[in-house]
Amino acid sequence: MASQLVMYEEEFHRINAVCDRLTKDANAKVVFLVDKNGQLISAAGQTNNIDTTSLASLTAGNVAAMGGLAKLIGENEFPNQFHEGAKDSLYMTLVGGRVVLVVIFDNRTSLGLVRLRIKKASDELEKIFAALAARSAAPGAGSPFAEISDADIDNLFSE
Amino acid sequence: MSFINYSSREINCKIVYYGPGLCGKTTNLQYIYNKTNPETKGKLISLSTETDRTLFFDFLPLSLGEIRGFKTRFHLYTVPGQVFYDASRKLILKGVDGVVFVADSQVERMEANIESMENLRVNLAEQGYDLNKIPFVIQYNKRDLPNAVGVDELRKVLNPRNVQDHQAVAPTGVGVFDTLKGVAKLVLTELKKGGQ
Ligand SMILES: Nc1nc2c(ncn2[C@@H]2O[C@H](COP(=O)(O)OP(=O)(O)OP(=O)(O)O)[C@@H](O)[C@H]2O)c(=O)[nH]1
Ligand SMILES: [Mg+2]
Repeated sequence: MASQLVMYEEEFHRINAVCDRLTKDANAKVVFLVDKNGQLISAAGQTNNIDTTSLASLTAGNVAAMGGLAKLIGENEFPNQFHEGAKDSLYMTLVGGRVVLVVIFDNRTSLGLVRLRIKKASDELEKIFAALAARSAAPGAGSPFAEISDADIDNLFSE
Repeated sequence: MSFINYSSREINCKIVYYGPGLCGKTTNLQYIYNKTNPETKGKLISLSTETDRTLFFDFLPLSLGEIRGFKTRFHLYTVPGQVFYDASRKLILKGVDGVVFVADSQVERMEANIESMENLRVNLAEQGYDLNKIPFVIQYNKRDLPNAVGVDELRKVLNPRNVQDHQAVAPTGVGVFDTLKGVAKLVLTELKKGGQ
């Protein structure tokens, strides 16, 4: 079974910084980082009119479906996807097989520049996620939930 | 697979509603969506066919409140129940933390219930999960219909291990929140165990 994803303060800040920088360097509108299971990890840029939770879930569904298609034709994965819209376009890249980097951009930038910057950002992200995995696997990295009581859980459902 | 974020102090869990076609999975999510406060829910996303059958999944994010300073969020998904959508069902099960099996109580759907339960077991196993070990509850839905099989009979056929079960009439909400609370509690209890 896949182990649970645990995010710590330090890595979280590093990840957010990478996404922020990618937004600026690529001249993108928004950058999202989504876990393959549909949980949003980070969002940068003009996120205010976007339903980020829905975006994360649909991204994961899309990547899962494309991954299934890839296997059907004997590919392991389609690591990159590009969708061109009338105004905004979307680029998705799998990072370290575990998370998906989503970049939304318009004609103030170019696909070439976006691709180039994504490459750099995804290399950095891959390192950060490797560090996270090592940290979660380290002994003593228990969940905060070890200390919760049955009463805590009951209270959540009391109303 | 839950996602715990120490930095934003959030915990996210994934619950999947499984069961044969037309058993009422989507109706469960619609009822939950209609009856929860706007602050605690996100959009209900339904990827469905023109005839309102689930094509890929329904998705509803819900916040349940805080435990020890951690916001608990549940992501509810339904699978498409129609037999030929099996490839999609497998994908939805990835990273699941808890499963609700929605059974259709109607006598003519017994065969379909049994098949779907077996399909759940097989698809979970493919992802490395054991149905006997993950948080799991059963809902006997459509209790309002005249052709509904007795609960004793449903239990005998679908619930030999005697896991938590609930009776429901999803369109009017009977049993819907009991089912959700039941599985959410099991998921949190499992997380607690995992932390020890
Ligand atoms: N009488 C009655 N009808 C129900 C009940 N629950 C669901 N239905 C009806 O059954 C039909 C199918 O319900 P859905 O929720 O779409 O079924 P589903 O399990 O999502 O079906 P798929 O998406 O094909 O897998 C709808 O017309 C519902 O109104 C129930 O408890 N009683
Ligand atoms: Mg449905």
